[in-house]
Amino acid sequence: MVSVENLEVEFGAVKAVQGVTFTVSEGASFGLVGESGSGKTTVLRVLGAAVPVSRGKVTIGGRPVAPGKDFYRSLQMVFQDPYGSLHPRQSIDRILSEPLLIHGLDDHEARIRRALDEVALPAAMRFRYPHQLSGGQRQRVAIARALMVEPRLLLLDEPTSALDVSVQAEILNLLSELRRQRGLTYVLVTHNLPVVAHLCETIAVMQHGKIVETLESDALRARRASHAYTRQLIENSLELEEGDPQAAPANALPAGAAKFR
Amino acid sequence: MNTGQTPLVVVENLRVSFPGPTGPVDAVRGVSFRMARERLGIVGESGSGKSVTGRSLMRLLPPKARLEATTLNVSGHDVAGASDADMRKLRGRKVGLILQDPKFSLNPVKTVGQIIGETWRVHHGGSAREARLAVLRALEQVQIRDPKRVIDAYPHELSGGMGQRVMIALMLVPGPDLLIADEPTSALDANVQTEVLRLLNDLLMARGKGLILISHDLALVSRFCDRVLVMYAGRVVEELAARDLAHARHPYTRGLLSCLPRLGHKHAILPVLNRDASWLEDGAL
Repeated sequence: MVSVENLEVEFGAVKAVQGVTFTVSEGASFGLVGESGSGKTTVLRVLGAAVPVSRGKVTIGGRPVAPGKDFYRSLQMVFQDPYGSLHPRQSIDRILSEPLLIHGLDDHEARIRRALDEVALPAAMRFRYPHQLSGGQRQRVAIARALMVEPRLLLLDEPTSALDVSVQAEILNLLSELRRQRGLTYVLVTHNLPVVAHLCETIAVMQHGKIVETLESDALRARRASHAYTRQLIENSLELEEGDPQAAPANALPAGAAKFR
Repeated sequence: MNTGQTPLVVVENLRVSFPGPTGPVDAVRGVSFRMARERLGIVGESGSGKSVTGRSLMRLLPPKARLEATTLNVSGHDVAGASDADMRKLRGRKVGLILQDPKFSLNPVKTVGQIIGETWRVHHGGSAREARLAVLRALEQVQIRDPKRVIDAYPHELSGGMGQRVMIALMLVPGPDLLIADEPTSALDANVQTEVLRLLNDLLMARGKGLILISHDLALVSRFCDRVLVMYAGRVVEELAARDLAHARHPYTRGLLSCLPRLGHKHAILPVLNRDASWLEDGAL
């Protein structure tokens, strides 16, 4: 579905992505993790044709990435901040109609109703405005909008990091369910390791514009990482240890956090 | 609380409301706690009142907010009854506040040297030259490797972690007794987050200061604090030692914990929080 070969992206003198290669098969879910500035979001934006490729080859569904209507129908993006990614002066109805108008799709009424239903939003939300909705509801609208044009691929940029943990769980469940029902392919960018392990089977760890390690989520769960940077990320991924409260005393911040600056 | 010394903060029956279209909206509904020079975590979801509680200690609320408390005492000062002039003396000098994103909370048109230098001169007096030396010392304290470069940088030229270090340096200049950190590391990556938190911890512990850490991140708070208050709908529903957070008893706290995806456990579907109307009432656990 997605094939990236030796991708390089330069912004002036800054080499944001330096030779990244990966493939994502149809129906799979692929995660990119790394700190800010590691190039993970740039890779995602290249897939969405929002950033030009400097060198290398990127294809989606066998076709090169090129801005255009056909291309944008095959994939859609969901952003981190549902407060910023929805038009504040458009009703939910208008927000969901927009992609239908752009792509000349018919039967708006039924499509919008189905979309709201699929993301478990009550039909009454249809004529409200984004500021009248909670953060989780807004992210549901953003997902519904992405699904309006029936894409095969969803690009998810930190889709839950602006949300409370209880809402995060609901959105993650929704994404899992939609993928199962529709056979969607996901590329997810996040810095949250438990989230990426939950949603993705394969995870690439990026640092300084390169993929330093690609591993399966089961390996990540078992903390079997071979690269030192990945091990550090796992160590710093603060998790509550359920087993023995004495095993994780308060203030036990892991050592060695400064090594990879 | 856990020591015999005078408490740094005493809050009894704090209530904060905002005017709404259908009458006042209660953001904080009777919160009471006290703390010594320790690290206290306040966790809860958005809208639980945790930030409003933190800001009430400095009376940094919108003019329309209505604040009432039986007792609201910070570092020996009565915050509820103080005049605006007294509050200006209290803010910064006794209590500092660190916000989530340094990009928005530092003055964008001033250099780091001007921002911290201004604060230093307000509190210590002295010449511009002395202020500059003091700023360099302050930047060294927060482990900025190249203070000579950073002192002349503007906030937009700093990374998130660096900006938050500058913010910490700025807040420590007047030597407050208490720092309130409201989601101080939510905008940072896990690795930088750990560094900034460790730095904050070391600096405060070395100086014997109090810290209130406000966060939605349960794991972070449990690792970093001595005690945790869990807030729900404007009330403290549970108070417990940070190390016991994994064994919380209140169904809300337990629900929040079970929602978290974990590396160690594999769930096809994550448990979600089913809210119970009884959590809104007093007297639960």
